[in-house]
Amino acid sequence: MAYSKNLIDHYENPRNVGSLDKDSNEVGTGLVGAPACGDVMKLQIKVSDSGIIEDAKFKTFGCGSAIASSSLITEWVKGKSVDEAHSIKNTEIANHLALPPVKIHCSVLAEDAIKAAIADYKEKNKK
Amino acid sequence: MIKNIYFDYQATTPVDPRVIDKMLPYFGEIYGNPHSRNHSYGWEAEEAVEIARENVAKIINANPKEIIFTSGATESNNLAIKGLAEFYGDKKNHVITCVTEHKCVLESCRFLSEKKNFDVTYLPVKADGLIDLKELEKAITPKTLLVSIMGVHNEIGVIQPLKEIGEICKEKEVFFHTDCAQAVGKILLDVNLMNIDLMSISGHKMYGPKGVGALYVRRKPRVRISAMMSGGGQERGMRSGTLSPALCVGLGEACRIYSTEMDAENKKLMKLKNLLLNGIRSQCDEIYLNGSEDQRVPGNLNLSFAYIEGESLMMGIKNLAVSSGSACTSASLEPSYVLKALGVQEELAHTSLRIGLGRFTTEDDVNKAVDKIVSEVKRLRALSPLWEMAQDGVDLTKINWAAH
Repeated sequence: MAYSKNLIDHYENPRNVGSLDKDSNEVGTGLVGAPACGDVMKLQIKVSDSGIIEDAKFKTFGCGSAIASSSLITEWVKGKSVDEAHSIKNTEIANHLALPPVKIHCSVLAEDAIKAAIADYKEKNKK
Repeated sequence: MIKNIYFDYQATTPVDPRVIDKMLPYFGEIYGNPHSRNHSYGWEAEEAVEIARENVAKIINANPKEIIFTSGATESNNLAIKGLAEFYGDKKNHVITCVTEHKCVLESCRFLSEKKNFDVTYLPVKADGLIDLKELEKAITPKTLLVSIMGVHNEIGVIQPLKEIGEICKEKEVFFHTDCAQAVGKILLDVNLMNIDLMSISGHKMYGPKGVGALYVRRKPRVRISAMMSGGGQERGMRSGTLSPALCVGLGEACRIYSTEMDAENKKLMKLKNLLLNGIRSQCDEIYLNGSEDQRVPGNLNLSFAYIEGESLMMGIKNLAVSSGSACTSASLEPSYVLKALGVQEELAHTSLRIGLGRFTTEDDVNKAVDKIVSEVKRLRALSPLWEMAQDGVDLTKINWAAH
């Protein structure tokens, strides 16, 4: 199976690897997937007072496509508002990385991860 | 460009140059049909085939008349299981095999149960990948025709207790077939000492050509099988079709080489295996060997790299040609049925790779592989949320994961 240049680039040089302080009120954390299914993504966002995502970090257990999908989405959400980030579709990720059909679920997981991180952030900051 | 290194000797092996040399004349000047009885062209080809047959027989201590050439181990397994069932099926209709057998054995047995009114018992394996002999004994009934258990496992490299299985089968008067595609040349095989009635052999797993194999069929006491293909009745009526002298010669030469070099090769592979395993384990924690630690051939290392998904590791070590137990590379996404049968947890099964060592693997290859694997394991663990959680003391089994 030949993977696209974009995918290999994100796999070999993943962006924004790491962790943010999960206890901070500015940080939302999403942890999705399951080890038994072969992929787990942890995606964190740091949101400014004005609702802009200032920073994003990820760690992923999964195949190359899963690592690339999560790396790509951290790159995309930085600088976006929470609402804009929430509207990112898995198909955009799949297209950008040219994921083969059997790997589409990796992009779905990345979309789930950002939505889970946003939900966690909103839950923490309920007024 | 980094040079690719081959570590997939269980998938197939390169043809030994000595084997190629022996085969070449049979693609050119010696072109007779080995079944032509009335001229020297036929006689010459026939003589070559018969010498090859002797070489195959010798490595398993059989008589040359007990060797049937086939297209490979898949055909041999089909012919043994279905052919025996066809011949004896009206008297006995029960077959015993094991859950970790090769697909062609499992599918042949399934064919018998679905189309030929057979009962099939699939023996479980213990955590070390070996069958429990007591379970085997218990499973045998007066209706049992055949026990089919492989010699050396293709995916995890464990060696089944063939001699003990053979003793049980002899005592209970049940035929014993063994798929030895991965065993010939790797372990000592003796059809008489081990009471084996039928044995499948493959050319391309032992530095011979693809497209040729053999089936050993015992003559004393005689084991009968029905042929699968109708035709000219070649191979003592059990396998019709003109033999390819080149392929037969190739298989014979591969066997001849092993009958003198097996011990030396095993010693070399043992050394390389230890170099590889100790090299990785001394630099990385939580590397698990799947299958028995001691009852295994040295050329097969099936390892689980906890907290790293197998395919991502394969991508990272892409100049090393290995095979994945994680199956994330295949269409199914299901981890290996073999590792599952061993009771390897799914999360660990997803982290498994099979690294195969063989005749042409060098110490330098292994050192390069260790360096590459260790650096990728470290890189991918730094990327893994599971590794991070495990380091922080989080019990991963206590988390309520959302299966998807």
